[in-house]
Amino acid sequence: MSDVSLDTALGGSGVLTSALSHPTRPFYWSVRRELWENRATYLAPANVAGVLMVGSLLAALRFGRYHDDVSQIDPAQRLGLMELPYGVAALAIVVTMFIVAVFYCLGALHNERRDRSILFWKSLPVSDLTAVLSKAAIPLVVMPIVAFVVIEALQLAMLFLNTVTILVRGQNLSQLWGRLPWLQMQGVVLYTLAVTALWFAPIYAWLLFISGWAKRAPFLWAFLPPLALSLVEKIAFNTSYIGDLISYRLHGFKDAFSEGTVSRAGRLDIVTSPISLLDPLGLLSLPGLWSGLMVAAGLLAAAVWFRRRQEPI
Amino acid sequence: MNCIEARGLRKTYGSTVALQGIDLTVEEGRILGLIGPNGAGKSTALNAILGLTPHEGDLRVLGRNPWIQRDELMRDVCFIADVAVLPRWMRVSQALDYVAGVHPRFDRAKANAFLAKTAIQSSSRVRELSKGMVAQLHLSLIMAIDAKLLVLDEPTLGLDLLYRKAFYDALLNDYFDHSRTIVVTTHQVEEIQHILTDLVFINAGRIVLNTSMEAFEARYAEVMTLPEQASAARALGPIYERQVFGRSIMLFDGLDRGRLAAFGDVRTPSIADLFVAVMGESNQTIGKVAA
Repeated sequence: MSDVSLDTALGGSGVLTSALSHPTRPFYWSVRRELWENRATYLAPANVAGVLMVGSLLAALRFGRYHDDVSQIDPAQRLGLMELPYGVAALAIVVTMFIVAVFYCLGALHNERRDRSILFWKSLPVSDLTAVLSKAAIPLVVMPIVAFVVIEALQLAMLFLNTVTILVRGQNLSQLWGRLPWLQMQGVVLYTLAVTALWFAPIYAWLLFISGWAKRAPFLWAFLPPLALSLVEKIAFNTSYIGDLISYRLHGFKDAFSEGTVSRAGRLDIVTSPISLLDPLGLLSLPGLWSGLMVAAGLLAAAVWFRRRQEPI
Repeated sequence: MNCIEARGLRKTYGSTVALQGIDLTVEEGRILGLIGPNGAGKSTALNAILGLTPHEGDLRVLGRNPWIQRDELMRDVCFIADVAVLPRWMRVSQALDYVAGVHPRFDRAKANAFLAKTAIQSSSRVRELSKGMVAQLHLSLIMAIDAKLLVLDEPTLGLDLLYRKAFYDALLNDYFDHSRTIVVTTHQVEEIQHILTDLVFINAGRIVLNTSMEAFEARYAEVMTLPEQASAARALGPIYERQVFGRSIMLFDGLDRGRLAAFGDVRTPSIADLFVAVMGESNQTIGKVAA
């Protein structure tokens, strides 16, 4: 890769030779262009948040038995119950983001070849490296940021709703405001989004690679071969290395959180300090994180290779 | 400086040979028509020139290797592949924003001026525009780029006559000057005959004719012979003969026009007629080689 394309890939203005030329930002505009085309990347999380908000509103209008129960139980458990809806709401947004990201990646390098618009993109001074990196940035950077903003807005709205509910019922606000570890909860959300982006990077890169390679049916190419391989392995050798590898990739990131949180996830735990759940050192010491990132880099390099060569389909 | 310089340009797809090692030089300021039947290798040659496909042989476009330096080359080269390649989801305003954001030599004011002459709304999506309007939009974007080489691959495919004529008029009047170079392929050869300065026929991966239009006009002549003189004219060895209204129209290669005038009206043949003549000849050669 030449210096110039690397420079361009990183958003630099490249070499300007003519007096008439003006500075450009190929990477920035390539990301914008992805968002123009794929509005689900931000509309889907926002819509799910809207639905959850309507649900919370309806629950509040029923003067939710939920809060009545809270006052009856052990104060320590009460906090866990208060945190729960916020966590569930955040989880719903993250899952939505993941599903949208999977479909985004499968289409990102496939649709432009199918509708022949790749000939338009390639008629402009944007390198294939910039194009692929800007597409990879959507699930790895842009969508987590969008998810964080949506979760913030949703949780603030829920907090407001809770506050109003409590005031209307003449209860003591300190129950909520004094005890809910709000800032720490936001820290957990941010950390979780960063961890899942890093951990799922090879999944996104695999989907992008398939999207750029497959002539048709990228969805089937992305999911059937790994499934078939693990079945064959099971039948032929009665082992499940491939299956284990896949399932490790799907939820191995739990080691980025403190020991015990997951094993006790079944019952409600008292988490007075959510931030204590985070284990950044545990994350960094995971070999799966680094090997995953290396695989992701390799798959993205292959995607660049294919984007250079593939013709419209 | 030569705009395009190809030596032994060769491309194979598996066992199929798309380009059999062609040599081609296009000087700056020319308008070259690259004419050939389907599957002749035109698009392959253009793809190689645009850095869209790897190739064998030596190829320099504006002094650069297109396959290695495509993104740099695209600062100085524009191309319109055919009318259908603008992304259908894109808004006109987004197309302007994007090209302005990535192309250092795009003049947005110029593009707006071109668009103002059309019925295209900047809030429209490409999918809402007619085929002709999409071509107008693409041409407006391209003409606002201060490029040195413009490559047009079937740019008017599927457009009606009015749009086709307007397309080439805009290209000649508002875009072309003698520091730019244009390479165009099309099946509607009669429409571009008057704008070309150079002509290349390509067939089965080989260049079968490579001439400037001045040389073309000097070399080829067409005579509409009177019936009684047909056999005398035929004795001079026309490369192609066709019948129109009972009269023989003969195409001669390299004969003096004064001599031909004795048989009837002499005129410059159309590229289309020469194309049929030359392709027939080269297909026969191919047939003989194959046999």
